[in-house]
Amino acid sequence: MGIEIFYFLIFPGLLFSGIIGGLISWADRKITARVQFRKGPPILQPLYDFVKLLAKETIIPLRGSVTTFILAPVFALFGAVISAVFILLPVLGIETGFAGDIIVIIYLLNIPSFTYIIGALASGNPLAAVGASREMKLILSYEMPFLLVLISIIIKSGMTIRLSEIVAYQAANGAFIGSLSGIIGFIAIMMCIQAKMGLVPFDMAEGEGEICDGIIIEFSGSILAFFKLTKYIMFFALPALVAGLFFGGLSLSGINILWSVLKVLAVVLLITLVRNTNPRVRIEQAMKFFWIWMNLFAVISIVLALMGL
Amino acid sequence: MGIKDLSFKKSLWVFHLSAGSCNNCDIEILDLLTPRYDVERFGMKLVGSIRHADVLLVTGIITKKTKARVLEVYEQAPKPIIVIAIGACPCTGGIFASGYNFAGPLDKVIPVDAYIPGCPPKPEAMLAGVMKLLAPPPPEQANANK
Ligand code: SF4
Repeated sequence: MGIEIFYFLIFPGLLFSGIIGGLISWADRKITARVQFRKGPPILQPLYDFVKLLAKETIIPLRGSVTTFILAPVFALFGAVISAVFILLPVLGIETGFAGDIIVIIYLLNIPSFTYIIGALASGNPLAAVGASREMKLILSYEMPFLLVLISIIIKSGMTIRLSEIVAYQAANGAFIGSLSGIIGFIAIMMCIQAKMGLVPFDMAEGEGEICDGIIIEFSGSILAFFKLTKYIMFFALPALVAGLFFGGLSLSGINILWSVLKVLAVVLLITLVRNTNPRVRIEQAMKFFWIWMNLFAVISIVLALMGL
Repeated sequence: MGIKDLSFKKSLWVFHLSAGSCNNCDIEILDLLTPRYDVERFGMKLVGSIRHADVLLVTGIITKKTKARVLEVYEQAPKPIIVIAIGACPCTGGIFASGYNFAGPLDKVIPVDAYIPGCPPKPEAMLAGVMKLLAPPPPEQANANK
């Protein structure tokens, strides 16, 4: 029992992934600034943002469901931490997990998105409702290619649905990114992750220019801080998942730390560059993009994986 | 200074409210986000919702129509909030002070923490105003306040 609580709260759960996620989100802002020839925020910026939000007044909207509104960010944080634990334990090679944990991870990764929707609808704000409906459609569009890419990974790793075995298979036979089906699947899953994190070009649920931050419009103070922390943790968990699925996992022993950092940073760099070089698309453009193009990529990746490429 | 105050000063999220401006001050505010001034290095950023804001920037004169709205936005903001009047318009009324729809300077409507005069004020002036507001008071003044 004690070790599970340690996993959840300290390493690799809340504390560890929160701190690393904060650093990654700083790196994201810093890279963005450098791309735009700016200087960018100081390294402690995520901490300042988080502490400031914790100390601020929390406003509960008059119309709306109070309990759901307050609990939504808490559940978002729980979902993010649990999925980070389930992803990081096998990917870092601490524990082997259990058979079928990749399916559990698929479900857990959806919890933050769902709680955004629930919280937004509970706030009773019409703009939040618009954001929530967009987020819902976005989930419908990116979930399918995400699953298909995972199927391609499962086929490539000899029909195992255990994340630690997928990582071990890559250690024995070379990382999946080195094969043709791996590259195509990698492109598709990167786009899905962009949408999962709600970053440009798929940030229409939060479009601050048109619907004033959409799903999080009514959140303020400490419950907004919880959403921030959720975002930080997802910014670590998702690149770590990609590193586990395509780059052969991470490791914390000796010189391998450097490689692990580089793998995660490479994924983060890709996400940031895509975010900085694209405008926001409309929701139906995003659905078309995922349903036609990304599904096509994922299916091609499955076919190539079946052919053993 | 505790971590709470420090992080408040280091992470000011700005909400921009145009009460009835000629749009010139608003453009100057946007200048602050450009690579030349880059306020993000101080942790400031523009947010889209008043619920996330720490600073309320008001530009333009308070007209009879917008007075109620400015008050409403101020009341919806989570406290503590800093209110800054940008430009001659919200400070005094500026060139519109004798207009038929002028409803008084901003500090008649909501409490104002800093006035930044100019028509429009330079981005440097805005940055200087915010920095002066956040800087700890000089020692002799601190003693005089005791
Ligand atoms: S202060 Fe001058 S520039 Fe600014 S809104 Fe008023 S008239 Fe326009």
